[in-house]
Amino acid sequence: MKVRILVNLKNGVLDPQGQTVRHALHVLGYHQVKDVRQGKVFELELEGLDRQSATRLIPEIADRVLANPIIESFSWDFLEEA
Amino acid sequence: MKFGVVIFPGSNCDYDTFYVLKEVLGQPTVFLWHKDHDLQGVNCVVLPGGFSYGDYLRSGAIARFSPLMQEIVEFAQKGGLVLGICNGFQILLEVGLLEGAMLRNKNLKFLCQHVWVRVENHQTPFTSRAKAGQILKIPIAHFDGNYYAPAETLERLKTKKQIIFRYCTESGEINEEANVNGSLENIAGISNEGGNVLGLMPHPERASERQLNSSDGLVILKSILDSWQRK
Repeated sequence: MKVRILVNLKNGVLDPQGQTVRHALHVLGYHQVKDVRQGKVFELELEGLDRQSATRLIPEIADRVLANPIIESFSWDFLEEA
Repeated sequence: MKFGVVIFPGSNCDYDTFYVLKEVLGQPTVFLWHKDHDLQGVNCVVLPGGFSYGDYLRSGAIARFSPLMQEIVEFAQKGGLVLGICNGFQILLEVGLLEGAMLRNKNLKFLCQHVWVRVENHQTPFTSRAKAGQILKIPIAHFDGNYYAPAETLERLKTKKQIIFRYCTESGEINEEANVNGSLENIAGISNEGGNVLGLMPHPERASERQLNSSDGLVILKSILDSWQRK
């Protein structure tokens, strides 16, 4: 079983990297890009879990380790069910 | 007074810190290994600067789970003195002994330079030797020192006088120009509510001898010693 977890800075938290990417895109002429937020992607391969237990475990892992809840939020989905 | 300097894989200011505590401050000092559970009876734990676990995931995010950190949390909760310098500060934030989080520096640059910080609260075990509003010249060296906390946390830190150091100009003004990394309210160092845990981005161990351009870091380190001896 594979899951993908996306971690992003919360709205309102300054994202210097995203701003720099946006600036670079504007310099290249992509003025349609209004804003950029940069985040992280994690792909976890899991074993010995059914869908229900994975649904419990993943938010725990994301909240405790992968994201810092003070500045970041996360979302996740199944990539492969097995 | 016995000091302990913690070594994580990737710590790189551990020996500098050890040297200053032992040779300059003249106190018994031991290294503490991150995998141990033993604080060896130290009176103050120092989490040194560096890049624990390569700064992977987030600065300090992996180190916070090391076995020794669990002991340090208990030690701090009982009132033990804990000082986190730079990466040590980041670890204290991640483990929750201090409030807030670090973002990347606003200009996306690794900043390695002398800065001035103003002592905002000189009635703590870490600043008792400072005069009110004293300006200290101490170097920084970090990529992620852009302090952030939600508005309600920030208000609480202010009310309870937990903001200990702010980046300032040489003459002590707190303004945007002095705020090198973009921290909220120019915050360079904060304490916990009990005042026994301090985290700061500047490196006092790199400013503890005149030959190194500044010995202002000793104000902090000698304060710790004073507070212990007054006990």
